[in-house]
Amino acid sequence: MGIEEKLPAGFLLTTVEQVAGYMRKSSVWPATFGLACCAIEMMAVGTPDYDIARFGMERFSATPRQADLMIVAGRVSQKMAPVVRQVYDQMPEPKWVISMGVCASSGGMFNNYAIVQGVDHIIPVDVYLPGCPPRPEMLLNAIITLHEQIQNSKLGVNRVAAARAAEAAALAATPTHQMTGLLAQGAGSGHTHAHGHLHGTDVSHGGVA
Amino acid sequence: MADDKKKPSFLADLFAPVGGFGVTFATMFRKLETEEYPEEKRPTQPRYHGRHQLNRHADGLEKCVGCELCAWACPADAILVEGASNDDSDGGTGRFSPGERYGRVYQINYLRCIFCGLCIEACPTRALTMTNFYELADNNRADLIFTKEQLLAPLAEGMLPAPHPMVEGLEERDYYQGKVVRATPEQEAWVTEHDAQPEDGLAPSGDPVEGVDTVTTRQVGRDTTEAVRR
Repeated sequence: MGIEEKLPAGFLLTTVEQVAGYMRKSSVWPATFGLACCAIEMMAVGTPDYDIARFGMERFSATPRQADLMIVAGRVSQKMAPVVRQVYDQMPEPKWVISMGVCASSGGMFNNYAIVQGVDHIIPVDVYLPGCPPRPEMLLNAIITLHEQIQNSKLGVNRVAAARAAEAAALAATPTHQMTGLLAQGAGSGHTHAHGHLHGTDVSHGGVA
Repeated sequence: MADDKKKPSFLADLFAPVGGFGVTFATMFRKLETEEYPEEKRPTQPRYHGRHQLNRHADGLEKCVGCELCAWACPADAILVEGASNDDSDGGTGRFSPGERYGRVYQINYLRCIFCGLCIEACPTRALTMTNFYELADNNRADLIFTKEQLLAPLAEGMLPAPHPMVEGLEERDYYQGKVVRATPEQEAWVTEHDAQPEDGLAPSGDPVEGVDTVTTRQVGRDTTEAVRR
């Protein structure tokens, strides 16, 4: 993106990564994007009682072009999916996504044709947050989890290497449709999170040996 | 009226541009109403629906009998249960609960669970209850499917980790009538005999600490895990 991407790997780049990570995580601006009941809790986080401004996020951006974080709050219907994707595409890099609530994360109790079974089918998700809806503290917890991720994100050649590693891990992982037997095997053994390549690991309804 | 339109004093004129900061300054001395979440957590209501917990009898045997009523009650299909028979014979898989059956596989998908509590209502043995724990965010979907060893309650004083035999001379109904208060020396001897690292498996003397960490660190790696993976 900037000059920090041109730095050679090593001590200098590591330091710049730490500084850039600290700067980025300290002012993540969320996009105003509420889809359902979870949005009520998301609004509650903005009130003085929970005060999202303590994390440098006081400004819920009304335009995706000035937002860094998309909080997908609520179930994503098939009709809304292209809109979600377009809003995500309009956000400038670097950008992050929190999938708030079970409906956005996996479809939740709406296991039917109208609802996208997990928003990670259309956009890459960084943090999944359970709950129906999650209480405001849970959203704050998800934001803190995301802050840790941002702090440790890579730049330049390290970023390329991390992306390569994530892609290799995603290619090596067992596809969901090939998972058989008990789900514990799929969930427990060497799963790696690949940004943007994680599709539908919701295997709770798979076959049983 | 002419009296009201008095000219402001020199000092008031001087500080007028920064007068607004006085509000900010005074706020620093007022009582803080905001919840300082990560540092100071406001307690939930006592019956808040948080993460589930699989309870144990007083001697450490599991209360779950693998009946799958929770899975049938679940409106979101978040629970997977697979029962199996307890096997007391030599070389068998062992006894995990008093009575005939136990829950061999127990999984809750927290990205489906809506924390409605219908599973708790359905449970006939009070094996499944809810805690007040709510910090569940994670970065992938697979890790939010909690397995049995994550959900099992930590061992309290006097408990031994399953599998081990029932208290001698008692039958299943005695467990529900409160006749078991702690693990007997015979059960401890059995666990010591059948366990490679006896000091690992014995119940901790201190109070159980509630939370996910205790559950995962203390329970993983014993026979339950093996049975689940089988």
